[in-house]
Amino acid sequence: MTYKVGIPQGLLFYDYYPLWKEFLNELGTEVILSKKTNKTILDQGVSNCVDEACLPVKVFHGHVCDLKDKVDYLFIPKFVSIYKKEFICPKFLGLPEMVKNTIEDLPPIIDIEINLRKSNLNLLKAVIKTGQYFTSNLSKIAMAYNKALKHYERYLDLINQGIVPIEAVKMYNLSLKRNKSFNQNNLNIMILGHSYNLYDEHISMNLIKKLQSQDINVLTPEMIDTDQINQHSSRLPKRMFWSFGRKIIGSAFSAIEEKSIHGIIYVSSFGCGIDSILIDLVERKARENSIPFTLLTLDEHTGEAGVNTRVEAFIDMIRWRGKDESNISTHG
Amino acid sequence: MKVTFPHMGNTFIGAKVLMEDLGNEVILPPKCSKKTLEIGTKHSPETICLPLKINIGNYVESIEKGADTILITGSCGPCRFGFYSLMEKEILKDLGYDVDIIVFDPPDGRPMELLRRIMKAADTKNVYRILRSIVRGGKILEKVDNLIEYSNKIRAKAFNSFKVDTIIDNFYEEVRNVHGMEETSKLIKETRTKLDNVKIDQNKKTLKVGIVGEIYTIIEPFANLYVERKLGHLGVEVDKALKPSSWVKHHLLPGPFGSGEEKRKWKEAAPYLSTLVGGHGRETIGSSIIYAKENYDGIIQILPLTCMPEIVAESILPTIQKDYNIPIMTLIVDEMTGEAGYQTRLEAFVDLLWKRWEEDNHEELLSGS
Repeated sequence: MTYKVGIPQGLLFYDYYPLWKEFLNELGTEVILSKKTNKTILDQGVSNCVDEACLPVKVFHGHVCDLKDKVDYLFIPKFVSIYKKEFICPKFLGLPEMVKNTIEDLPPIIDIEINLRKSNLNLLKAVIKTGQYFTSNLSKIAMAYNKALKHYERYLDLINQGIVPIEAVKMYNLSLKRNKSFNQNNLNIMILGHSYNLYDEHISMNLIKKLQSQDINVLTPEMIDTDQINQHSSRLPKRMFWSFGRKIIGSAFSAIEEKSIHGIIYVSSFGCGIDSILIDLVERKARENSIPFTLLTLDEHTGEAGVNTRVEAFIDMIRWRGKDESNISTHG
Repeated sequence: MKVTFPHMGNTFIGAKVLMEDLGNEVILPPKCSKKTLEIGTKHSPETICLPLKINIGNYVESIEKGADTILITGSCGPCRFGFYSLMEKEILKDLGYDVDIIVFDPPDGRPMELLRRIMKAADTKNVYRILRSIVRGGKILEKVDNLIEYSNKIRAKAFNSFKVDTIIDNFYEEVRNVHGMEETSKLIKETRTKLDNVKIDQNKKTLKVGIVGEIYTIIEPFANLYVERKLGHLGVEVDKALKPSSWVKHHLLPGPFGSGEEKRKWKEAAPYLSTLVGGHGRETIGSSIIYAKENYDGIIQILPLTCMPEIVAESILPTIQKDYNIPIMTLIVDEMTGEAGYQTRLEAFVDLLWKRWEEDNHEELLSGS
């Protein structure tokens, strides 16, 4: 009998999905995805989660509700740390517990702890423990993981070439060759924020596609080279102890200093504790280098029309800036 | 060097004694007030949590009184408190204040750097003297904590509970004017005698409520709108899960000296939350279970809006409420919290607790009616 393992399409989905899916497939299980975020999932999430949680956590609860009756296992690993001496957001540290204590009648949860804060060996342990849910054959687990890792590297490669993860998730296992190069004449806009806000088309209201359809090159933190990210984030006077923070700060600072972008749109969910610090740091840096910056704060009440208007106004402003060399009349 | 530090409940008394013992001049920030919070809210990022806003208010008010050096502690995550020092430096720089900020971060592999900063703040290289003053400051802090805890007990039983408020208010006024360890302990002793003289009703039945949640909002009375007083007037004995002196013990004393209590909380919390979530999220779960086991009548969780670790705890608390059959209420505070609404919720909660108590103890009176 093949087990059905459910993966909710939320939070770290766009960071790790290819790795998880291929690994679980190689172990002989069937991976079931929750539906893409939609109104029903959002509503279910909102009613099944504490009010104070941020939008992506609520959406994640909605995905769990969507999956719980269809699968034998739910895959919600407990991410504590993915990098030495760093943490993920506190809400991720307690995510399996939050889900378990708020949603009833759940199938068993695979909540393996992934904690690389002190040693990378813990990753091996986590992989083996996950594998042991389905097989006791260690070499099978190792092989499955190695195969999955190859797919995952290809996925990361695609993103590095400038392909948005929403697309990359669909094509990493096809042998299509696609070289997407930035059109030099277009505007380059950097969209900052957590992957689970940016790439979830419902949460971000299709922001990336909207910009791309206006001939804008979209740059996201995932597309910046890791070495550059580390180099730039290490210049902060205090060591960045959030992995998300390192990625966002490092990619933003490197893009700002290279002057390769015309503007920054920061997409944040209301109540995000990490963003409350990061936004301030990025905004200061952008102001110092006179790069336009705008912030979109999203929650379950955000209206799409308002977001569109703000984004259009921001893009117009940047276009005028290019045309008029910042000599914009204050009278309109 | 004129030193100042942000308010956090009673810590200012311990820190003042410590610095004065070392011979430094201390500028105490004025008591936290609406004005403090307004200054802080104006200059801080919108979505940052309440403690930073109050801190900024404290600094500005102290600097206006002449302070030129600010002492703060730090951490290395995962709670955003770790970035407070960085943000606060930037904000004060923007405001044009030229102050020295000394941050006591956990060593993080560089113990000499921490030592260097401590020596700079203490203005002496004599490690023995520094240690002695730290011990003295810690002792005073513990005494003050005990005093306040005692006052909470008295308030619940006193015939005139507002008398206790007056005595404590006077204490906080006076303590700013005394210097050094001896004078402060004398004042504490005097205040204790005054409290002893408050007439109390020995036979009065009181309820016991435990306060859990985010450390700053529990400890700083301004942030929690003087919750212990409000509950005290309603005839409730209040116990706080975290106290400044226990915080000092957890964070400054290594291993076997101070962390027994913390370890017990972790152990109790393990079935519900097995790993750390930053801040005091795990301790909140653990303390709630301990209160439940000690037969408290109710638990109140207090947190600042958007506090990440406490939100995780908040979503687990309903399970504890069910498993241990103890009412738990969550109160969220920020600069918009209205006092009347807060008071109403507290009163409603206490009414509920009384009703439960009556049902448990006087069932025969209620039945048949």
